[in-house]
Amino acid sequence: MKPGRSGGGLLGLAAVSLLAGCGSNADSLHPQGPGAKDIASLWWWLLGGCSFGMAFVTALLVLAWFRRKSMGPGREPGERAGWIVILTLGVGVMIAGLVALFVVADVFTIRGTEAPAAAATSLTVRAVGHQWYWEFDYTGTTAVTADEIHIPVRTPVRVDVDTGDVIHSFWVPELNRKIDAIPGQRNAIELYADKPGVYRGECLQYCGLQHAHMDFLVFADPPAKFKAWLADQERPARAPASALARRGAQVFTQECQSCHTIRGTSAHGTVGPDLTHLATRTTLAGVTIPNSKTYLGSWIVGSQRIKPGNQMPDITLTNRKLRALLAYLDGLH
Amino acid sequence: MTTIELPTRQRVDRLERMWQPEPGVLGWLTTTDHKRIGLLYFWTTLVLFGLGGAEALTMRTQLASPNNNVVGPSTYDQLFTMHGVTMIFFFIIPMTTGAFGNYLIPLMIGARDMAFPRMNALSFWVFLASGLFLYIGFAAGSGPDGAWFGYVPLTTRAFDPGRGEDFYALAIIFNGISSSLASANFIVTMFKMRAPGMSFNRMPTFCYAFLAASFGLLFALPALSADCIYLWLDRNHGTHFFDVAKGGSTLLWQHLFWFFGHPEVYILIVPAFGIATAIIPAFTQRKIVAYPLIAIAELLVVFIGFGVWAHHMFTVGLPTITVVFFAAATAMVVIPSAIQVFSWCMSLITGMPRFKTPLLFIAGFIFMFVNGGLTGLMFVAIPFDQQVHNTYFVIAHFHYIIFGAAVFPIFGGMYYWFPKVTGKLYLERPGQISFWLIFVGTNLLFFPMYIVGLLGMPREIYTYAPSTGWSAYNLAETIGGYLTAFGILALLGNLVVSYRRGEPAGPDPWNGPTLEWATSSPPPEYNFAVIPTVTSAYANWDVADRERDARNLADGAMVLDQGHETAVSSVADGRFSEIVEMPHSSPWPPILAFCLAMVFTGLVIGKIGLAAIFALLCLVSLGGWHWKEPQEA
Repeated sequence: MKPGRSGGGLLGLAAVSLLAGCGSNADSLHPQGPGAKDIASLWWWLLGGCSFGMAFVTALLVLAWFRRKSMGPGREPGERAGWIVILTLGVGVMIAGLVALFVVADVFTIRGTEAPAAAATSLTVRAVGHQWYWEFDYTGTTAVTADEIHIPVRTPVRVDVDTGDVIHSFWVPELNRKIDAIPGQRNAIELYADKPGVYRGECLQYCGLQHAHMDFLVFADPPAKFKAWLADQERPARAPASALARRGAQVFTQECQSCHTIRGTSAHGTVGPDLTHLATRTTLAGVTIPNSKTYLGSWIVGSQRIKPGNQMPDITLTNRKLRALLAYLDGLH
Repeated sequence: MTTIELPTRQRVDRLERMWQPEPGVLGWLTTTDHKRIGLLYFWTTLVLFGLGGAEALTMRTQLASPNNNVVGPSTYDQLFTMHGVTMIFFFIIPMTTGAFGNYLIPLMIGARDMAFPRMNALSFWVFLASGLFLYIGFAAGSGPDGAWFGYVPLTTRAFDPGRGEDFYALAIIFNGISSSLASANFIVTMFKMRAPGMSFNRMPTFCYAFLAASFGLLFALPALSADCIYLWLDRNHGTHFFDVAKGGSTLLWQHLFWFFGHPEVYILIVPAFGIATAIIPAFTQRKIVAYPLIAIAELLVVFIGFGVWAHHMFTVGLPTITVVFFAAATAMVVIPSAIQVFSWCMSLITGMPRFKTPLLFIAGFIFMFVNGGLTGLMFVAIPFDQQVHNTYFVIAHFHYIIFGAAVFPIFGGMYYWFPKVTGKLYLERPGQISFWLIFVGTNLLFFPMYIVGLLGMPREIYTYAPSTGWSAYNLAETIGGYLTAFGILALLGNLVVSYRRGEPAGPDPWNGPTLEWATSSPPPEYNFAVIPTVTSAYANWDVADRERDARNLADGAMVLDQGHETAVSSVADGRFSEIVEMPHSSPWPPILAFCLAMVFTGLVIGKIGLAAIFALLCLVSLGGWHWKEPQEA
């Protein structure tokens, strides 16, 4: 990191590090939901068993090291060959048996981490991977958001995972295992958070230039807070409140609506994320920069510097137009 | 005494004349000598290894610190794609089968050449041309960037309009031609060219490994070639094998790719097992423990390898029963692997190990293989696989296997057979230092990857934020990467210096167990003045047999000096069946390879006419090839 460099991108990345530093990690060893917990305990057992195997073979190698030069010459396997073969086979069979046990144990963990049946949960979210952001549709409601998903805490949530273009993979390591988003394939996964918090999600299938910046955040909220949030997201966009914001809405119509949707306006573009409630999000561009006026401004005029190759061109705007546009977007609560 | 000496000398002179190569560069271009072809493979793959290594180091430099700017995302994507394709198709396979297999297998089985010497030359020239083809594309700015597994639809025209993926698909098909030719050649060579008396149960375990790899390649490659042909057709000619909207399937690519891709992993590593089982007896001066089990295990690994491919696809949403089946099949690999590991360890413990550089690399290999193997075993726990799939945990696992387990024995083998190939001894102490540099370097490079993987670092990302907590591990990995590179340079430096100033090695500096040590170093063009007769799997330790060979030379038995001849045996028992005349040097293999290269060039730049003309010329050169067949003896 070179903090001396100017440019919104680098500053933004520095800021998001502070932002993401408080709480949202992608650490599969600190599970916060039952699925990830089962998998983590499976891992510790595996680590134990495999460490034993590794130690055993290392000990054999060390033994060989200390026996060097101590043996007399003799090319024939001799009498001991018999029991060596038996030992080798015995150990092999024993390991195979252990592995078979693992496979059996597996089946139970698979069940435990499996997606619940459709309509078996009170909430289903459709996650659609796009190059390079995640769209989240709340099934049965009009709520659509991007890169940030809110779920009620201690409630099983079914996530239907789909793609708008290439293969992506949906993963929230602290909550559950991953599932791929594949054209022509209907996949789903369960999300269940034990306690309120922010959990980091990632795209885990290489999907092109900006695969590195395709994270998302999962906000697990108390049910009442979640309900209020969802009701808010269902509403169409607020009308601009000031003259400046109204001018901004016109700028949006000219410059942005071919790619973005703002429900309740004439903007119905589907190339980029839905911006109806943009101001309620904490981050932008796949958890790449924080969502503040400064960063949003530098994103609009110079997104190609922040996330090279992303689908949004750098928009050339006069300062006046940019200020107006930002005032409008800032009001989209 | 003198009456016997004279004909012996005359016979050797006759052999020298019969097997005299063409002089100079022309000799190398038209050679059909398996040793020369092996050396050509060696130098070519070494250059490609350097390129693949430079790509890896550039990536490691980029990842050394968060938000780094050494390369941009577009370059980075090409780098990891080229790194994977290069190391797998253009380094390990041609280095093991092409260089080691070619040079050593005819020597180990007591033959004078491969079964099809001109086809052997063709497989080299096709390999060279396919490597040039891929790298010319890369240098011209058309490097593939869809990762080595090239998943559709990312690699289809709609999402990747450049020429890079066309180079990828065609280079892999092109390279596959070379591998298929080489594999068929190895199989026939090991089936028919073994020295009289070398029944299957006396064939060195090294050869079993290469037999397993050859069979594996021959059966696995068609799936990959078909896949790449579909991709090329989809991209260029409007078919829709992979287009879901028109009834194609995205998963078809993955199934075909991994149906090749998983056996491929074992094809990469089995020759390394073979090298290990060649080096261990020499440095313990004892027969390997459980020879028949080792031979069966080497074949079994590849066989089981054909039933595990879907374990690369546990997160695509396959039915649970399918996933469990493939996990169980994967678990079975542990049986042949454990047999081999314990056999190697027990051979070391019950033998008289001398830890010279080659054996150090084999001990290091056992450590790395068990490490990578055990973490591979963890993927049998399906939910755990689905958790760490596509993270750096997987990168760590398969680099422990592909670098630690497949490449360490290649390095060990370079030291071990260096005296045979050059006639000089390498420098022992610097050799050991190079081992420790590489051993410490690779562990520092790959072990932290397990941890960052568990911390959620995805593969194929060109940068990461400082907040992720991955920075320190990545820096350590980069330092490990440079340490490894330094160790490899030390290794190569050692070999270069030893080649110039090394002590003369003599024919057999290690008292090696197999037949390559029964001839001079470097071996003559005809390998053995007398076709050896074999009575055990450790032919060079059977002193009485080798003395009989010397007497045979004096008596003129099994010298086969009436032409460019070698012996052919029956498949199972290795009974001597006939003498065959082998082809001499031929200009046609490089000419045919050149015409093929032009066909592929025509296809990649969309000039079908050019491709058609050179396809015709391919047929013409095949005609020239067969115009003058060697006479039946």
